[in-house]
Amino acid sequence: MLKDITLGQYFPGNTIVHRLDPRTKLLLTLLYIVTLFVANEAPASYLVLLAALGGMIALSRIPPRTMLRGLKPLVIIIAFTAVLNIFYTPGTPIFTLGFLHPTWEGLAHAAFMMLRILMLVCGTFLLTYTTSPIALTDGLEQMLSPLKKVRFPVHELSMIMSIALRFIPILVEETDKIMSAQKARGADFETGGLLKRARAMVPLLVPLFVSAFRRADELAVAMECRCYHGGEGRTRLKQLHMSGRDAGAFLAGAALLAGLIALRRLGL
Amino acid sequence: MSEIRVSALRYVYGQGTPFEKIAIDDVNVTIPSGQFVGIIGHTGSGKSTFIQHLNGLLRPHGGTVCLDGADIFRSKEATLAARFQVGLVFQYPEYQLFEETCAKDIAFGPGNMGLPPEEIHNRVLEAAHFAGVPEEALDQSPLDLSGGQKRRVAIAGVIAMRPGVLVLDEPTAGLDPAGRQSILRNIRDYHAATGATVILVTHDMDEIARLADRLLVFSQGKLVMDGTPGEVFSRDEALTALHLAVPSATAIAGALRRRGVPLPEGIFTLEQLEAAILTCRREGAPC
Ligand SMILES: Nc1ncnc2c1ncn2[C@@H]1O[C@H](COP(=O)(O)OP(=O)(O)O)[C@@H](O)[C@H]1O
Ligand SMILES: [Mg+2]
Repeated sequence: MLKDITLGQYFPGNTIVHRLDPRTKLLLTLLYIVTLFVANEAPASYLVLLAALGGMIALSRIPPRTMLRGLKPLVIIIAFTAVLNIFYTPGTPIFTLGFLHPTWEGLAHAAFMMLRILMLVCGTFLLTYTTSPIALTDGLEQMLSPLKKVRFPVHELSMIMSIALRFIPILVEETDKIMSAQKARGADFETGGLLKRARAMVPLLVPLFVSAFRRADELAVAMECRCYHGGEGRTRLKQLHMSGRDAGAFLAGAALLAGLIALRRLGL
Repeated sequence: MSEIRVSALRYVYGQGTPFEKIAIDDVNVTIPSGQFVGIIGHTGSGKSTFIQHLNGLLRPHGGTVCLDGADIFRSKEATLAARFQVGLVFQYPEYQLFEETCAKDIAFGPGNMGLPPEEIHNRVLEAAHFAGVPEEALDQSPLDLSGGQKRRVAIAGVIAMRPGVLVLDEPTAGLDPAGRQSILRNIRDYHAATGATVILVTHDMDEIARLADRLLVFSQGKLVMDGTPGEVFSRDEALTALHLAVPSATAIAGALRRRGVPLPEGIFTLEQLEAAILTCRREGAPC
């Protein structure tokens, strides 16, 4: 049941989107998010943004159904934001019901808001679906490496991140196993009030923490046995390098940005 | 009485995703009360998945699991009752201990059954005895025990529910030979003393040949053989094709037979082998 979490899951592939340098993808995703927020709330601008996203999803061959499945946990947040916007935007009321007066402006604003959140989430999913966690942290480490000059522990942070990412699936599996084992002794994780449920978590959390610490210990020993001593002088198996593909991607990103600025000037 | 009847069982991991995997495919088997059943099969053949259906931890995607003639999924209460009637010991069960003392951990199952405290206390002592947990360990923290002792505590935690069916998933994996022998002896004694059904998943052919009344062989999610250890181990080509070994006594007897020693068929334990060789010598055959 816990396996249903697809947030941030990598789908291996060999498309042009998969092969882009992780730094390119990170920067372009960042650019896309910024663009989403500065773009005009007008149909033309949003159509361009949607088309760009749709094009990238098509290129990456991630099935749209998988994308939508990842959105499921966010439905409530999105709906909540939309409803708030409908009621709290000043403008021409659609109808009045006591203190409630939804407005046409609010409706439009809510629609754009929803689209914006959807595109934002899909855009970041596209990044994590097409980039392995290791490549992502490598890219981040390289991008942040200028900060090493001011003694910021870039390598350590990215190592912590890769290890955490690596261990999430293991811990999820372990949680599943321990849950089953306690259920086999009649444990009940699903019914009862808040207090009862919190108490029911003890037989799950204690073994989980014990084993997480044990694993951390073993990993530390294994790393030391292989002479790990931090980032100093460490070389990589997979060197990151930018190629023509990445230049093309940046050009496309710039074109998108320029187009949107032009549309904004025209007020579309 | 605890008769298990499994019909047309089917289970698929990750149904509807690109990672779909049929783990159990059309398994039919009836296990009468009191039998000692061994389950063998290559890693990934579906043994662990199969046994998790017997107490309703996994809900089948097809087929039924009946306990004493009634489907264990007919109601929530029935499923919970099945959890207590079919005690399941997972692989590496020592990783699920969570209480401050071993006694409290063993009492978790009986506590969930809603039994009165003195009954729970009796059951803890009885289960500790059956699983070979020394009495002085009961007040210690499980974290302070050795791996083998932790495992005994975990097994006691299941036995304490007095299940009519005791299912164990590779209970001796990762133990030293002495620990392995002694845990198996405890399981055999439990079977003899209570008359409970025992279902044992194992890779140890020598032991299972000695212990089991019946063997189920799994391969790629299917039940491919079902018979007495004698019937199953006499089909050694078929077993080899499934990447399974015969007991070492059977292998030795086969090798001797090929060299002209007239040993009978049906040798599965070292004791049988010894007796057969001695008989041979007495009859003056070339050994
Ligand atoms: N939680 C799970 N998620 C996905 N696949 C699984 C899971 N557990 C087992 N499998 C797969 O199901 C098959 C049967 O596994 P299992 O029942 O554990 O076999 P065994 O116990 O005989 O080694 C294997 O191919 C395994 O990879
Ligand atoms: Mg297994």
